[in-house]
Amino acid sequence: MFAYIVRRVAAGMVMILAMSLVTMVLFFASPVDPARYTCGKNCTPELLEQNRKALGYDQPVLSYWVDFTKGIFVGSEFPKDPALKKSAPETIADCPAPCLGYSPQSSRPVRDIIVEKLPVSASLAIAAFIMWMIAGVGLGIVAALRKGTLVDRAIVGSALVFYAFPTFFIGLGLYVFLALKWGIVPVPAYTSIADGGVGLWLQGLLLPALTLALVYIAGYIRLTRAFVLEAKGEDYLRTAQAKGLKSGRILFKHTLRGALTPIATVAGLDLGGLLGGTIITEQVFNYDGLGRTAVMAATTYDLPVTVGIVLVAATFVITANIVVDVLYAVIDPRVKYS
Amino acid sequence: MSTWVPTEGTSEALLSVRDLKVTFPTEDGLVKAVDGLTFDLNAGETLGIVGESGSGKSVTSQAIMGLHRGTRAKVEGSIGFEGRDLLKLEDEELRVMRGRDIAMIFQDPLSALHPYYTVGNQIVEAYKIHHGKTSKSAARAHVIDMLERVGIPNPQKRIDQYPHEFSGGMRQRAMIAMALVNNPRLVIADEPTTALDVTVQAQILDLLMDLQKEMNSAIIIITHDLGVVAEMADKIMVMYGGKAVEGGTADQTFYSAEHPYTWGLLQSMPRIDRERLERLQPIPGNPPSLISPPSGCAFHPRCAYRDDENLGCSTIVPEFDVQDWHPVRCLIPAPKRKAIFDTEIRTPSS
Ligand SMILES: Nc1ncnc2c1ncn2[C@@H]1O[C@H](COP(=O)(O)OP(=O)(O)OP(=O)(O)O)[C@@H](O)[C@H]1O
Ligand code: SF4
Ligand SMILES: [Mg+2]
Repeated sequence: MFAYIVRRVAAGMVMILAMSLVTMVLFFASPVDPARYTCGKNCTPELLEQNRKALGYDQPVLSYWVDFTKGIFVGSEFPKDPALKKSAPETIADCPAPCLGYSPQSSRPVRDIIVEKLPVSASLAIAAFIMWMIAGVGLGIVAALRKGTLVDRAIVGSALVFYAFPTFFIGLGLYVFLALKWGIVPVPAYTSIADGGVGLWLQGLLLPALTLALVYIAGYIRLTRAFVLEAKGEDYLRTAQAKGLKSGRILFKHTLRGALTPIATVAGLDLGGLLGGTIITEQVFNYDGLGRTAVMAATTYDLPVTVGIVLVAATFVITANIVVDVLYAVIDPRVKYS
Repeated sequence: MSTWVPTEGTSEALLSVRDLKVTFPTEDGLVKAVDGLTFDLNAGETLGIVGESGSGKSVTSQAIMGLHRGTRAKVEGSIGFEGRDLLKLEDEELRVMRGRDIAMIFQDPLSALHPYYTVGNQIVEAYKIHHGKTSKSAARAHVIDMLERVGIPNPQKRIDQYPHEFSGGMRQRAMIAMALVNNPRLVIADEPTTALDVTVQAQILDLLMDLQKEMNSAIIIITHDLGVVAEMADKIMVMYGGKAVEGGTADQTFYSAEHPYTWGLLQSMPRIDRERLERLQPIPGNPPSLISPPSGCAFHPRCAYRDDENLGCSTIVPEFDVQDWHPVRCLIPAPKRKAIFDTEIRTPSS
């Protein structure tokens, strides 16, 4: 098991580095000159050239990538200019390891930006995750147990409605009606726990998390319903019944244990995918998280920030994959890794 | 000797099933899976139910366990167990009896055991549900004892293993331990060896018989194989299309079978006393539709002895013809049936 985890983590790290290279190759292949975006209105050709050099965009993509990777392990400084460091050391920004690069547009190390935006995205993802797990799995179970009845159809049907609408539509709908028009909930704005305490933090999360959750709920209802129905047809449930167990015990100990194990896998992967930022929901609610920052970085050709967020998001996805696989061996005794 | 169908009202049998009918409403029509079954089983006795796939054997056993409750199936008739009609019990009354008074052994022990719980956990659960006051450690000790009795070596260690860590035969032994853990008065074994290797099958059946003697439980053993029940059972009931077509003692139904369908089963049986090269002859044709069964005798489309003109096989529904407590549902007169068996069916050595 330990050897298995080590192998998976090593493979994951290689994958992350490869992804950073791919992002850079795409960026360098773009016909737009990224240096142009760092050089304001009164740009002279000399200044442009100077910026390009300072950002490292004058090198071939591979050596840019090597520099970047080195920075992760040993740190780096910006701009990388020994001459300038001698003449004006105060203009050199230090970026200690693990250095994810330096954003010329916002004049900050990428890591600082990520550390600032990550809690916003992570709060949103986790709050949504809790909502959709409770509602999605709960309703899925109810629908399965009441299969074919009106309750079942109402649950599956209304889930489908949310499934059919695009995220921004649901988000805007909730925003406009619940917050602006009817004033049922306060206009959502992210407040960190440090700034406003748990209460305000949760209040700010309510609508964005609900939006995100509604997008996922439909899938989880259908998945849970299908798995519970499948488990109900299993022979071991007939055995449980033949033993004389009470129906509550049959449901919780025997049916759900069989049905929810596969759902844990899907849930872990979905959460991993969201922790690195949610583009649409953050845009709609003007949430300053990783998703929105990634969009801004991509549209302003801020390569270091783009790469940094890609790496963080990829790390979450890969970690989630590993955690889910390891978890599976824990919850399903038949699964063994070596 | 026990009678097949006792006189009404005086039944002292452990289990007395009367005119049992189980129907399933489906899109294609009403499936009459069990259509008027009547039989008795005394304490400590073994009844073998034999029949082709789809003849209603499992549906019958599920009806006795009350496993059709809460489904769309409709169950009629009566199932007397120790003087009480199981069909009239409240759900909760029946639940308490399941596993305690009537237990079940299923065909495929791998799918019948929960893959996520240890064998011990599942058997302890079966015991504790009916022995709430017993401490965990006492229950565990009892289960270890039970595993030992069903011939599982090293039970102290095996009790904490998962079903997938057991071999097929050991799994079925564990299943038997689970069924017998509460010392039930009736055990229903639904094809308990079909999923096992041929070499293990005999061991499991022997074990079942030994334990039955020890615990004095009645057993209903369901199988496709007449040979198996001929050896083990006191009584045999042969089912075709949801009805019993022949019943009696094991000797009667095996050594002097009188129904053409039973003859077919006998001839499709692998037997050591036959020439090796002689082919097995499955009964030609398909099982009858349970939605719209054939007119007259349900077996007539496949019957080699069908005689529409003289007997009216395709028009007259044969009732049970009870001679010597050996009921047979066939229109051929009894003496002629006996003669046919003697001349055409019985093999020289039997
Ligand atoms: N829930 C159900 N709905 C509709 N038909 C059913 C249902 N359960 C069983 N049947 C039908 O009832 C008939 C008898 O089934 P049963 O399982 O009792 O057969 P069996 O004698 O046990 O056969 P096998 O030897 O294959 O186990 C079959 O034709 C089956 O299709
Ligand atoms: S009644 Fe006729 S068709 Fe039916 S089993 Fe007897 S001989 Fe065959
Ligand atoms: Mg069956």
